[in-house]
Amino acid sequence: MVINNYIFIGLLLLVAITFAVLPLIVVAVIAPRKRSLAKSDTYECGVRTYGETWVRFRIQYYIYALMFVVFDIETVFLYPWAVSYAGLGAFALIEMIVFLVILSVGLAYAWAKGVLRWV
Amino acid sequence: MLWVAIGILLKILVVVSIALGTVAYLIYVERKVAAYAQDRVGPNRAGKELGIPFGLLQPLADGAKMVLKEDVIPGYVSRPLYMLAPVIAIVAAMIGFAVVPFGPVGPNQIMNFQIAPNINIGILYVFAIGSLAVYGIILAGWASNNKYAFLGALRSSAQLISYEIPLGMSILGMVLIAGSLDLNQIVNWQDRRVWGVVVQPIGFLLFLVSAFAETNRLPFDLPESEQELVGGYHTEYSAMKFGMFFLGEYLHVITVSYLTVLLFFGGWSLPFHLLNQNQIGFLSAVFKVMVLLFKVALMILFIMWVRWTLPRFRYDHLMDLAWKSLIPLSLVNLVATAAIVQLIYSSR
Repeated sequence: MVINNYIFIGLLLLVAITFAVLPLIVVAVIAPRKRSLAKSDTYECGVRTYGETWVRFRIQYYIYALMFVVFDIETVFLYPWAVSYAGLGAFALIEMIVFLVILSVGLAYAWAKGVLRWV
Repeated sequence: MLWVAIGILLKILVVVSIALGTVAYLIYVERKVAAYAQDRVGPNRAGKELGIPFGLLQPLADGAKMVLKEDVIPGYVSRPLYMLAPVIAIVAAMIGFAVVPFGPVGPNQIMNFQIAPNINIGILYVFAIGSLAVYGIILAGWASNNKYAFLGALRSSAQLISYEIPLGMSILGMVLIAGSLDLNQIVNWQDRRVWGVVVQPIGFLLFLVSAFAETNRLPFDLPESEQELVGGYHTEYSAMKFGMFFLGEYLHVITVSYLTVLLFFGGWSLPFHLLNQNQIGFLSAVFKVMVLLFKVALMILFIMWVRWTLPRFRYDHLMDLAWKSLIPLSLVNLVATAAIVQLIYSSR
């Protein structure tokens, strides 16, 4: 039965892709098309665009992404714990507090280092 | 099995059409709310010739315009990614619906108002799919080869990953209290006891703030902030492709409103057990669906109201809010909830 339920999600995925691709095909068939050089220019300010867009960007995004991975995995660990919390007893609470404290130290360290300051 | 699949397919088609129709009218409602907030009347012409008042045909006119306008593809874009981005945006928004119940679900119901019932990971699935939406935005911004779009996509990526953490943690308290990830079980728990907002007020606030950020709604609409980034990640998109980003955004608003109501406002139940949940039958099912829809409509109106009330955040304030306020607060909330639940268990 469990497998069947996931088949329904697959069906929905197929329907969703159809609903997403169909309008694009319709538009490609019936919408007017008049190409011109000015239209295919980058939309900025009317003057020719200056410099590259696909550049390397700041390292700060990388650090935020790293922090995100740590905390996201933490959240994933917390979900099963929360679901079965009723049957685990008081020790589960203490264990989880230890886990959270270790991670919070990481956050506090990053904070103190000034990593979280957006400049 | 085949008949079940066909039945489900029909259900999916009905749900998707209703959702898309709702989105079309949400855009109309949004424009009306915006108009009244600014002391205007808003769209009121479309349909006048046919005797239909209040411009109620405006969504049709908007839809026709999206199809009939020229679909400009700028010359400098990375074409495959440029075409793929709106598809991802709308598919991710749609398949999140799979586990959201639109009404009572259960073995003793005559009808299950859910596309994929009995998925035990429930809300985790919604969040997993919800985080896929960021790919649509980042690909759109990157593929457009436009500096405004690129800046919008960068902002969006940092914003979405930052607010995903408090969003995930804010509902942990509710999951812990109800003991299940299944949205039906959470609603049933609230019906037996009290609404989630009473037992998890901080969780509710955290969820609300993060949800605004995750749906890119004002006051957190920095990925598209018109006044500084032209249109943000969809600057280079036109016609139907732009419309698809728009549809995706409003689908997210609907999903978030459903989740808020299901998690914190009792879903299809009424307070003080005014609605007997054990009663089965067609009329009671319809009534429960109506109750849920009413609450969701109120939630959507609230989201629109906030848009015209609060100004946009500055970007560094936005990041500070997530990392220095919401995440520590959600950790504290979780530990406090767990401790109180433990106290209640041990006192029994």
